[in-house]
Amino acid sequence: MADTKVRGTLDIDPTREPIVVVDDLHIVYRVYGAGGKGNAASAFSRVLRRQHRPSMTEVHAIKGLSFVAYRGEAVGIIGTNGSGKSTLLKAIAGLLPPHRGGVYTDGQPSLLGVNAALMKDLTGERNIVLGCLAMGMSPSETKSKYKEIVDFAGLKEGFIQYPMRTYSSGMGARLRFAIAAAKTHDVLLIDEALATGDAKFRNKSKRRIDELRKDAGAVFLVAHQLDTVKEMCDRVIWIDEGRMHMDGDPAEVIAAYTEATGK
Amino acid sequence: MSHPERLGSPGGESVGTIAELPHVNETLADYAARYGLRQSAARPPLRKYIQDVWARRNFIWAFASAKNISMYTDSRLGQVWQLLTPLLNAAVYYLIFGLLLGTSRGVPDFIPFLVTGVFLFGFTQRSVTSGAKSVGDNLSLIRALHFPRATLPLAIAVVELQQLLMALIVLFVIVFAFGEPLSFNMLLFVPVVGLQLMFNVGISMVMARLGAFNRDITQLLPFVMRTWLYASGVIFSLPQMMQSGHKLAEYGWLGELMKANPGYVYVELSRHVLLGEYRGYVSTNLKIHETTQLWLYAVLWALVALVGGFMYFYRAEERYGRG
Repeated sequence: MADTKVRGTLDIDPTREPIVVVDDLHIVYRVYGAGGKGNAASAFSRVLRRQHRPSMTEVHAIKGLSFVAYRGEAVGIIGTNGSGKSTLLKAIAGLLPPHRGGVYTDGQPSLLGVNAALMKDLTGERNIVLGCLAMGMSPSETKSKYKEIVDFAGLKEGFIQYPMRTYSSGMGARLRFAIAAAKTHDVLLIDEALATGDAKFRNKSKRRIDELRKDAGAVFLVAHQLDTVKEMCDRVIWIDEGRMHMDGDPAEVIAAYTEATGK
Repeated sequence: MSHPERLGSPGGESVGTIAELPHVNETLADYAARYGLRQSAARPPLRKYIQDVWARRNFIWAFASAKNISMYTDSRLGQVWQLLTPLLNAAVYYLIFGLLLGTSRGVPDFIPFLVTGVFLFGFTQRSVTSGAKSVGDNLSLIRALHFPRATLPLAIAVVELQQLLMALIVLFVIVFAFGEPLSFNMLLFVPVVGLQLMFNVGISMVMARLGAFNRDITQLLPFVMRTWLYASGVIFSLPQMMQSGHKLAEYGWLGELMKANPGYVYVELSRHVLLGEYRGYVSTNLKIHETTQLWLYAVLWALVALVGGFMYFYRAEERYGRG
């Protein structure tokens, strides 16, 4: 199975309904602030000579990626650091414009990243309320979901009253995930957001992800802990230097990946 | 998994075509379209967008209140600052312009005149400066959750309205302390603030888009705003400056331009409806008897800014939070 999906070819399963289609995607982004002299005089002469910022470099992060994800799938994305995993998720979420090709989705994907807070100066309590309202819930829905979210996040007693900037990264990630998971998403993108959680939280998240999949959405998971990926996903994509390396059954892909990276 | 026919160039970088028996050589884009999938993060149609924003009205209010509360959480006095800030502002202006410089130049009840100007111009000024930061300061929220981004500058305008309402308590105390009688005319202050709010919403949306894609704006704004303040007759009476004998009177077109300036329009209208002394002074000394032109400008600016600002912001909807 694994070798039927080498890069460059693509199978379509006509019996299943697609939810995310990535079509020959190329992502090139600009990085600012890498070097440069950094004093006012050099910046001024640069403006006068109409040069671009010297510190700007272009990074070709995704180089022609194509795949189709179907409803009800949980797709794990693995690869070494800098292989383009997070970039891919951002592109699916629509946060990075494609340089070439396209990403097609049903509904609006939600991306959960590692940054711990939604609004870091506000209490966890207010973050929950605002998060729910922003996702389009009514005040009464928000009220009824509130308890569920607090329980799911499993914060220590009293922490819900503290500003989110006082949270540890694990606590922040848990609350964020709990808020986002309170609503049924068509496509949920999780970028290492579960990595900081403990085993108990991982089990809870797995149950929630399974529920989301049952509601015929799709979940994408980027994680470096391969056992997390193996546990939660039913399909794994291995990306290497912005290109598809392997796509298929979690056990097979992870085995091949582990072998290749020499773990 | 089934094994449909497979086409494509093994090892090639681009895979434009895929194959499926009834749709041979269908591109992936067509395949996506057949299942009703859309380009990720495309901008919704205008009507749908407005509905989405309206559906988030609770969010806008809750966000504004939360912002207002968190603004002073680090300070010991906390929410008292909401009242104390405008009060201290008024005190400073009284000290400098009332006691030290005595710049009243014949304007009666100069302190209420000045404080009205400073507070109401500040309403627009703060909407502009915080509007410019409304997208950039909420990137993590924008990237994590999907909601119409126009709610952010809208919430900023509501924050500023809440701040203004606090400042208005101080303003009314000062106005009445200077012996201004309670009058029917003051009811007109409500539509003035309403129109100014519409203008502020519009302009903060324009600033939100500019600030989202060009962070240099926030460095430049303090200077622009200060120039605007001096051009709007906030700390002096503009109609008085345009009287014959003053330099401005020689350049009639410049005077007309300054009179159309929204900063001046809302400030001057507020003075007309709140301060009976000033109203009398303008009509007897400056021979200006009606405010029709001011009201016209106020309504026009409110409509143009609100509609134009919303459209301008909406047209970049899919690009906020990118990068």
